[in-house]
Amino acid sequence: MQFMLLFSRQGKLRLQKWYVPLSDKEKKKITRELVQTVLARKPKMCSFLEWRDLKIVYKRYASLYFCCAIEDQDNELITLEIIHRYVELLDKYFGSVCELDIIFNFEKAYFILDEFLLGGEAQETSKKNVLKAIEQADLLQENLDFQIRLLPAGVLSPNISSESTGLFQS
Amino acid sequence: MPSSVRLQEMIRVIRSARTQGEERGIIQKECADIRAQFRQGDNGERSHSLAKLLYVHMLGYPAHFGQMECVRLIASTRYSEKRIGYLGAMMLLDEKQDASLLITNSIKNDLSHSSQYVQSLALCTLACMGSAEMCRDLAPEIERLLRASNSYIKKKATLCAVHIIRKVPELAEMFTPSARSLLSEKNHGVLHGAVVLITELCKHNPGTLDQFRKAVPELVQIMKGLVTSSYSPEHNVAGISDPFLQVRILRLLRILGHNNDTASDAMNDLLAQVATNTDSSKTAGSAVLYETVLTIMDINSESGLRVLAVNILGRFLLNNDRNIRYISMTSLQKIVQTDHNAVQRHRGTIVDCLKDQDTSVKRRALELSLALVSAVNIRSMMKELLIFLSTCPPELRSHTTSGIFNAAERYSPSKRWHIDTILHVLTTAGGDVRDETVPNLIQLITTASELHCYTVHKLYRALVKDISQQSLVQVACWCIGEYGDLLLKGECEEIEPVQVTEDDVLDALETVLQSHMSSPATRGFALTATMKLSTRITDNVDRIRSIVSNYSSCIDLELQQRAVEYNALFRKYDHMRAAVLERMPVMDKNSPGHTNGDTSGVIKETDPSKLKPVEAGLLSEPASQVCDLLDLLDGTDTPLQPSPAPTNNPTTTSSADLLDLLGGLEPAPVLTETVYEKNGLSLKIQCDKQTDTEVMVTLIGSNSTQNDITNFTLQAAVPKSVQLQMKAPSGNVIPAHGLGQVTQTVVLNNPNKVSLKMRIRVSYSNQGAVHQDTVQIDSFPSPTCPPSVSPL
Repeated sequence: MQFMLLFSRQGKLRLQKWYVPLSDKEKKKITRELVQTVLARKPKMCSFLEWRDLKIVYKRYASLYFCCAIEDQDNELITLEIIHRYVELLDKYFGSVCELDIIFNFEKAYFILDEFLLGGEAQETSKKNVLKAIEQADLLQENLDFQIRLLPAGVLSPNISSESTGLFQS
Repeated sequence: MPSSVRLQEMIRVIRSARTQGEERGIIQKECADIRAQFRQGDNGERSHSLAKLLYVHMLGYPAHFGQMECVRLIASTRYSEKRIGYLGAMMLLDEKQDASLLITNSIKNDLSHSSQYVQSLALCTLACMGSAEMCRDLAPEIERLLRASNSYIKKKATLCAVHIIRKVPELAEMFTPSARSLLSEKNHGVLHGAVVLITELCKHNPGTLDQFRKAVPELVQIMKGLVTSSYSPEHNVAGISDPFLQVRILRLLRILGHNNDTASDAMNDLLAQVATNTDSSKTAGSAVLYETVLTIMDINSESGLRVLAVNILGRFLLNNDRNIRYISMTSLQKIVQTDHNAVQRHRGTIVDCLKDQDTSVKRRALELSLALVSAVNIRSMMKELLIFLSTCPPELRSHTTSGIFNAAERYSPSKRWHIDTILHVLTTAGGDVRDETVPNLIQLITTASELHCYTVHKLYRALVKDISQQSLVQVACWCIGEYGDLLLKGECEEIEPVQVTEDDVLDALETVLQSHMSSPATRGFALTATMKLSTRITDNVDRIRSIVSNYSSCIDLELQQRAVEYNALFRKYDHMRAAVLERMPVMDKNSPGHTNGDTSGVIKETDPSKLKPVEAGLLSEPASQVCDLLDLLDGTDTPLQPSPAPTNNPTTTSSADLLDLLGGLEPAPVLTETVYEKNGLSLKIQCDKQTDTEVMVTLIGSNSTQNDITNFTLQAAVPKSVQLQMKAPSGNVIPAHGLGQVTQTVVLNNPNKVSLKMRIRVSYSNQGAVHQDTVQIDSFPSPTCPPSVSPL
């Protein structure tokens, strides 16, 4: 995988993970163009498109688009499964995850992604193991810092309906 | 207030900004705060400040002042600070920044940290953004971790090694020994990483590839275990046990089995098992099946297995899920050349997909449809393609028109059909055709002399209806100029007669000349056509003279020049006018610079209106029947190509200026030799192109008997290292009395530059009797030496 982007229906970037070295300017340009291309697609169209010399696999979950750029030899269908697995992990971690969770806890979304994919490839194929590792790492963080974690949901954010719909409701 | 709330508070404040300007203001203030924080040094707040900065960065604002802070935080002893520091490094630092080198030492230390979660952070960061230099420095550490650590770290170290090899291929040897032993791990994460690592190692070094071929039985075992295992909740996805691992193993098997019989044999059973047992009702299963099909098609699999694979793709084509249909067509595209007949069976479904709503699906269907066009189905396919052209999305139009032209050129059943098709395309999508279309069409029209009357009438009518499509207008003007006399005669067998007067014709041309829609090139065509008519009509020559003299003061330089020259023709060289404006000679398509793979047999034709044989059939002899042809050619087991697959050969014409009234083009000299002559059937071989590693020849069959030769088919075999590609034959009926020929182009790719030999088996029916014969060609005609043939 070359990169993964998460963005909302209005085109706002919620997460970007790059596995290839590109300058900030190039990343911005690619992001802008790709977001435009994907948002222009109609709902029933297929999840794959060819863009530049890459294959793009994308899927919409509620208000969030998950978009991956893979190489020629990569299997598009299994990439769809990878995207789905990531959403499942987020869902298990946050408890019925919605876009707001990813906005306000973006660093956790990255940590989860980094336990699932490494260098663009899947590192752990068991859901249980990924979640266990995150749990342990979180504990480690808490114990060393003696921090009290506040629950993220609902406390601070204005309720914009699309962003608080669970990702699995579509 | 606890600091994590401050981060979320900041996010909330930023989101509540109503305008871009307001947001910028808030961001500026926050950044100032963050900078102040960073300057304060270690106070327990640094990680939260960095987190805030990372959020700001994601919104698109500059954050380079945080780079050094990342470096500092990575070096901290607190896990929370390391965690966010490494995340910051992955987001803000990349190998192009100098600061990235500064973290190399921290990474090195953390790789040996007592806590595996700290090690994990270092591994993740290295694999994400490690530069070549960092990779070189840290490779030994990674190799150590690969061998001696727990599975949690091993799986990460393995993928880190993959990244290192991609960045610094020379380091691949370092990881080769440990990679093999990793295959005996039970942990799926490690196993998956190991397979990815081995795949990467094999990519970089063919020697390593050979080594890892020995691992095929082991891989097959692992796969078997996954496919037949009982339900394991940990790895199960929609009924498939660890589809991620299965897909990677299949991909590795593909690489190992490619071009290698032993390896391919070892995996045959497994592939059959996976192909039949995998449940494809959900995406996970389809993903595994898809990878299986790709593997089957890429290794030396048995034909039964290949048929199974194509059938799976056929089933995918009928799937409701659009993604699956798309995938199926992508795969069919890869095999349409080699397994042409198998793919042909699904032609109907593919053509239906042309009507799909999705542009990606349409594009795939178009590519496949064009690849599937053959002499047999040309009429029905063209109908579908023309319907598609009228409704297709704009980005596909020019590709469609090129494809249609190529197909028409190779398989058109008659000249009239060919001309009709091109005209149809020009009227539907004239703006999206290639530039060479106009000269190509004109050349085609000149060769079909019996159709001149029909063509000019049709073009005239199209012109009168619509003058917006430039290419159509150009051709129409040219034809009216050339064949105006036929147009004025009024009668034509093929279409209802319409009386066209000289004034009508001149009106049409003048409309083109004066219209703002006409491009300068089109105007040029129209003016010359008007001029040519001066020798073909009787009454309105004066009108022509006045039109021409009008344009001698035209602003457009080209038009002005032409008008002045034509005027001079009228005034000073009137005695030459008739000769200069005479009918053009038939143009030869084969001039220097023109390549046209399949129809090159017509070079020696002097009769331009010879039509190609109407029927043509695909050769469909199964491979087993022709194995005996291969026995004497050094025991080669190159699979014979009994059914030539059509390939899309773009044609190029020389840029002959058609309006150069005095020009003429000489065809290039070509060597033809007779290689077989018996019972009235003679087979000639003609060398079209010869380079060091490639030879293209055309085999020409002709018939001097009293009866037509039918079911004429050619099969060919070549030495092992040579690749043979037989293009579709022009037909399989050779008319009697030498009235026609069948040509078939053969391309031989000879990368190892072995001495080229070819054995050809000829089979045909004549007067109800079936004949079969074989001839071996030991050397090919070249400009310096004639071919040598040994009769058998």
